[in-house]
Amino acid sequence: MTTATAPTTPVLTPEMVAAIQALFPRYPTRQAITLPALHMVNAKLRHVPMAAIPEIAKVLELSPAQIYDTMTFYGFFKTEQGGYVRAWVCRSISCALRGAEEVLEKMCDTLHVHPGGTTDDGKITLEFGECLGLCDFAPAVLANEQVYKSVSLDQVDEICALMKVQAEQQANGTAIPTL
Amino acid sequence: MAEFEPVLTANIHKPDSHTLPVYEAGGGYQAIRKVLGEMSPVQVVDLVKASGLRGRGGAGFPCGLKWSFLPQNHPGPFYMCINADESEPGTFNNRILMELDPHQVIEGIMIGCYATKATTAYLYLRYEYPTAYRRLQQAIDECYAKGYLGDNAFGKGFALNIYMHRGAAAYICGEETGLIESLEGKRAWPRIKPPFPAIEGAFKKPTVVNNIETLACVPHIVNRGVDWFKSMGIPADPNNPRDPGSYGPKLYCISGHIEKPGCYEMPLGVTCRELVERYGGGVWKGRKGKAAIPGGISMGLLSEPEWDTKLDFAGPGKAGCLGLGTAAVVVLDETVSIVDFLHNSCRFFAHESCGQCTPCREGTSWSERILYRIKQGKGRLKDLDLLATIGDSIGIMPGTTICGLADGAAWPIKNALKKFRGEFEDYIKRTNPTGYANSQPVEALEVIGLGAH
Repeated sequence: MTTATAPTTPVLTPEMVAAIQALFPRYPTRQAITLPALHMVNAKLRHVPMAAIPEIAKVLELSPAQIYDTMTFYGFFKTEQGGYVRAWVCRSISCALRGAEEVLEKMCDTLHVHPGGTTDDGKITLEFGECLGLCDFAPAVLANEQVYKSVSLDQVDEICALMKVQAEQQANGTAIPTL
Repeated sequence: MAEFEPVLTANIHKPDSHTLPVYEAGGGYQAIRKVLGEMSPVQVVDLVKASGLRGRGGAGFPCGLKWSFLPQNHPGPFYMCINADESEPGTFNNRILMELDPHQVIEGIMIGCYATKATTAYLYLRYEYPTAYRRLQQAIDECYAKGYLGDNAFGKGFALNIYMHRGAAAYICGEETGLIESLEGKRAWPRIKPPFPAIEGAFKKPTVVNNIETLACVPHIVNRGVDWFKSMGIPADPNNPRDPGSYGPKLYCISGHIEKPGCYEMPLGVTCRELVERYGGGVWKGRKGKAAIPGGISMGLLSEPEWDTKLDFAGPGKAGCLGLGTAAVVVLDETVSIVDFLHNSCRFFAHESCGQCTPCREGTSWSERILYRIKQGKGRLKDLDLLATIGDSIGIMPGTTICGLADGAAWPIKNALKKFRGEFEDYIKRTNPTGYANSQPVEALEVIGLGAH
């Protein structure tokens, strides 16, 4: 756990608080906004810092423990910052049958990370995924919103290079939306 | 078989199929207008009941019957939850519908909400579907702009809001009460039933949870009628009063070792072999098939000689599988080691067990470790008995868990041991010639490498 940030610099900006509050009318309880709030923070900061938890709890009128309890159930949310590109290599059965384990291993070698790790330059976080629902394109990789379909070992170098470009675009705010 | 006309996928090949103008040009939003203009909610429930539509999410529960369980004189509010957490390995039919024809899904939600008097619908979408998220949100926005959603939808006094709610990469959220817990902002721990969601669901109110494909069928039932829907599929077995039959079109997914992986629409009841050979272009690379998952990995395995099994709601069960599940077929060719298959399956369920019930949490984790040990050449014949014990003791069926995740974890183990036991024994003897007969306790191998989690 990182040391606490100074109390004068809240993690949630006034805009984020307003965005969370804007969801109040949609749900009969505040607690239901836990996941949307966590997603909002995660999308902006690429992680959910510990300091954000009591702030979210305050907006939702909950105990920080309730937020933390829910958040840690979903392995999706991390307390350490990830890369600008978060990539999942699917390892479930349809992808595994078509070489996903080998793709994941080569991608780890190419990026010098273990599954779940982030490259030294902070650009790419590489994880394994369980069934991404892209079985018709096995083996599949999801990198932020970009889908790499039917990936062969020969394409791994190129895809890693593309993910680096994607990460730079994200970092300097010039990313092209995928839709 | 008479020539089959696809309906659920009729739009998906059109340019901009995900937009409102294209959907309406193909007759979209006529069914909801008909419903709002001519039918009472009870009539809609009765219509869907009469059609025999069964849930497409895995359990196959009759949809109209589920709707009819809502209490009559309840002050409300009633909620609709749409289960778009599709995460069953091999399954992607809902992704196709949401990405390529989101308005068809929304029209189904509208009719479902009218029938169940729900004024708020939460569409619980798995996080890993960003394109579906954007297109559904865009479609919902289009509907609000056109007056098709809101307090007075279609100018008929019909009030409905649809909100997207994104998951966070947890398989268990596809279980309907796990989904509700997750929606409420808690751990997705499935609830003990009863009470069923129809009585006490989201926010303690009567709630219906329906799958995307199930709802997508509803506008077509309204437009084309019960007779049309029942003209497809496998009729109820007259000798089995508990069999509701398998009617209507179904989106079958084929993946794995197949020439043409994809999503194919056809009437319920196609055989696995027909699906593989006629639609999937056969087993890839000219190889022979070894086995196929009939409907998502939790349904177990059909060995190649069993591929003439009909993929309707009753068929896979007759071959010892858990059921039709999501009708997602995954083909294993003759080169696949059954050890590798089962290790992959056990690893998945160990990763996705929610941890609430001890038999599931521990059983899935032990089975993964045993399979890993076998895979690494340290297996013993006794390990197969241990696996069988786990397979027989975790799940709703032996009465040890709250939800069916553990049954889904157990079934591949049971089927693989029953149908491929000889291969397991050969593998263990070949890879562990000096230790295979050992029946004393052995140290667990540390699960390392890419399988770590």
